[in-house]
Amino acid sequence: MTLTIKYFGLIAEKTGTKEEIITLDGEGWNLEDIKEYFFSKYELSDNQSLQIAVNQSLGPSGSLKDGDEIAFLPPFAGG
Amino acid sequence: MPKNVFVQGAIPPEKISNSIAKHQSKTSIGGHSIFLGQVRADDVDGKTVVAIEYTAYEEMAEKELGKIREKAFSKYDLTCAHIYHSLGTVKAGELCFFVFTSSAHRKAAREANRFLVDEIKEKVPIFGKEIFEDESHQWKVNQ
Repeated sequence: MTLTIKYFGLIAEKTGTKEEIITLDGEGWNLEDIKEYFFSKYELSDNQSLQIAVNQSLGPSGSLKDGDEIAFLPPFAGG
Repeated sequence: MPKNVFVQGAIPPEKISNSIAKHQSKTSIGGHSIFLGQVRADDVDGKTVVAIEYTAYEEMAEKELGKIREKAFSKYDLTCAHIYHSLGTVKAGELCFFVFTSSAHRKAAREANRFLVDEIKEKVPIFGKEIFEDESHQWKVNQ
């Protein structure tokens, strides 16, 4: 399955990219797997108050499906 | 759905007066409430913030803004509500956020305005890079 991964703000600065597309073998991947993989790849940690959105919504967990868009979001700073 | 919330660069003060002028034909309105966010020249370890560079996860921001707007209209007796936020660079002293609510009476206009400002700051994925005079930066975190 293919996923689009997006990074913003401080996270994009750490990853050096704003977007990447990854293809994973098989199905049944969940958000925790993806989080773990990218946290280790880019040395990210939960103490950066990072939130993860799936298809522009916060909070969902569980298995992902082909074509999902996952965004790594640092603290919001609007206003 | 809110249209054109995002403005490239600072919000010009004329936009505020033009918005007020546009509401003069809506004579059921008895009160407006306006919030203006301005970039502050914060002092951090002896360095001064000269500008904030805003970016957003625009697709998600639009969805969230739509939900927040809907909630405001269901909670308060509003005639209309307008929201503008900057993207890109906004210098210290310039405006970056404009929330304009109107109602028959002051209470709804004021309360809805406060609700919108607080919800947007908390829930809309907008990011701010604070630029110092020596071109170094830090990432803004809402209080």
